[in-house]
Amino acid sequence: MSESWIIQNLRAVRGRAYPRILGAQREPSWIFFDVVLPLLGVAAYVYVYKFMNAPSEFVGFVILGGAMAAFWLNILWSMASQLYWEKETGNLSLYLIAPVSRLSILAGMAVGGLFFTTLRASSTLIIGIVVFNVTLSLSSPIMLIAVFTVTMIALYGMGMMFASLYLLFGREAYHLSSLMTEPIYLASGLYFPVKALGYWAAAGASIIPITLGLDGLRQLFYPSTSAEYGFLPVELELVILAGLSVLFLFLSKLSLDYMEKLGKTTGRLTLRWQ
Amino acid sequence: MAVRGDIRTFKNAAWLGWQMEANWTDPFLFATYSIVKPIAGTLILVFMYLVITDGKTDTLFFSYMYVGNAFYMYVADVLFGVTWVIHDDREHYMTLKQVYIAPISFYMYIFGRAAIKIAITSIGVLLTLIFGVLVLGVDINFGAIDWPIFVLALILGLACICIMGLALGGISFLTAKHGQGINEGVAGIFFVLAGVIFPITILPGWAQSISRLLPITYWMEAVRRGLEPAVIAGLPGSTGLQDFSNLQLMLALLFSTVAFLFISHSIFKYADKVARRKGKIDWTSAY
Repeated sequence: MSESWIIQNLRAVRGRAYPRILGAQREPSWIFFDVVLPLLGVAAYVYVYKFMNAPSEFVGFVILGGAMAAFWLNILWSMASQLYWEKETGNLSLYLIAPVSRLSILAGMAVGGLFFTTLRASSTLIIGIVVFNVTLSLSSPIMLIAVFTVTMIALYGMGMMFASLYLLFGREAYHLSSLMTEPIYLASGLYFPVKALGYWAAAGASIIPITLGLDGLRQLFYPSTSAEYGFLPVELELVILAGLSVLFLFLSKLSLDYMEKLGKTTGRLTLRWQ
Repeated sequence: MAVRGDIRTFKNAAWLGWQMEANWTDPFLFATYSIVKPIAGTLILVFMYLVITDGKTDTLFFSYMYVGNAFYMYVADVLFGVTWVIHDDREHYMTLKQVYIAPISFYMYIFGRAAIKIAITSIGVLLTLIFGVLVLGVDINFGAIDWPIFVLALILGLACICIMGLALGGISFLTAKHGQGINEGVAGIFFVLAGVIFPITILPGWAQSISRLLPITYWMEAVRRGLEPAVIAGLPGSTGLQDFSNLQLMLALLFSTVAFLFISHSIFKYADKVARRKGKIDWTSAY
């Protein structure tokens, strides 16, 4: 692995991330559509808790869940299904003949998506905190950054893996993304502590990085609720998330190779409308 | 002749919508997909409720919330469906320009595509209600349903949702890749302001005023009065529309639907004009 090869791939990452970052700046209407409007759905869940006289921490739980939902939606619609749509629009063949690793292309997609999704999620969090007067504890900022970072690596690793798998599903991609919205919101406890699902269900749902990531963030922002609503100790969740990061990045490489091999064998990798 | 042509456009658009929705998989998988998605969406609220009430679901508020959430699927899915037609045809299949210049009513094309969404969503709503009654003890007494109110409210409400979808479809002409955000956001407005999962009386005063301008608020109340009259009668506190008689409620729904028809038509026409001028009818972003 020469130095020039690494630089070339880093350029590929930057090159694929660039249109996403620039695209967000060229059409600023997304600030309204992707930041302000989704907050309303989150507000509805806040009011349900308020109507039921739930403990005030639950408002914070919902706001955090709403912010994390942005990342999951980005994974589904801008990572997982992206290669399929790239194929339909003719870009995939260009990626395949480019003298760079396919992983660099996927990593670029992830970096670009992560950039504006972080903006969206941060805005949801800040506006939610201000509007609903939410108080968050910042007792372990380093742990907080660690949990968030590892969650994102695992999550986008999963997205990179899905991107290849979705190519195999063809036209089912859209439906698959649609199917993985509400059920994943439910399984990962986006709007309620995942512990409520029961131990084994929550353990099964932990394969989705957002489950443990969100549970960890909630425990760090609300340390007093850890015993009652926390699923696993945060340190353990961090270790599991680190393991998931390695696993998903490895699987994304495997699935990418498999997809490419299958495409070459069947000659359908860049065949559209199937 | 024009009517016959419109009916044919509607029918073919609905058929196209069905093919796009259902021809990607085998019937069993499609049925699973149609069941899992709505039930999961509902279970989010159920678990939120269970966490706070320690597993107690035999309350009037639970039934109120459950039924509202079940019918909200129409708002989310049908609005999404109508708007997604523009985005999908333009950005993904790149067929919007051909459909647009074809000698057919574009409205009929959109409504035809929406009709199939309504049909598929209806299955989800029905299954969610059956699941609620059988598993969670949601208080719906089949013999006590006020059918005239329920059926009339359902028809008016669905027409209203399609009409509002038209306005969003127009806005989709002018935005790139944000169909998802628009749908999510506008559906969110109704979710929070229209008394879907909690009475509007819990909202701040200014928000309640907005709620009373939205047809979905009246629709939700009318559907509940038709489907679960005992729940509405016995619910502690006010729903915010308890002073309306059934007739007044239906008239409010009708008038607000007609008002939105003019608003949506104007928005669509304006967006259509701007999209033509700026060359956005066949615009693809693909980033």
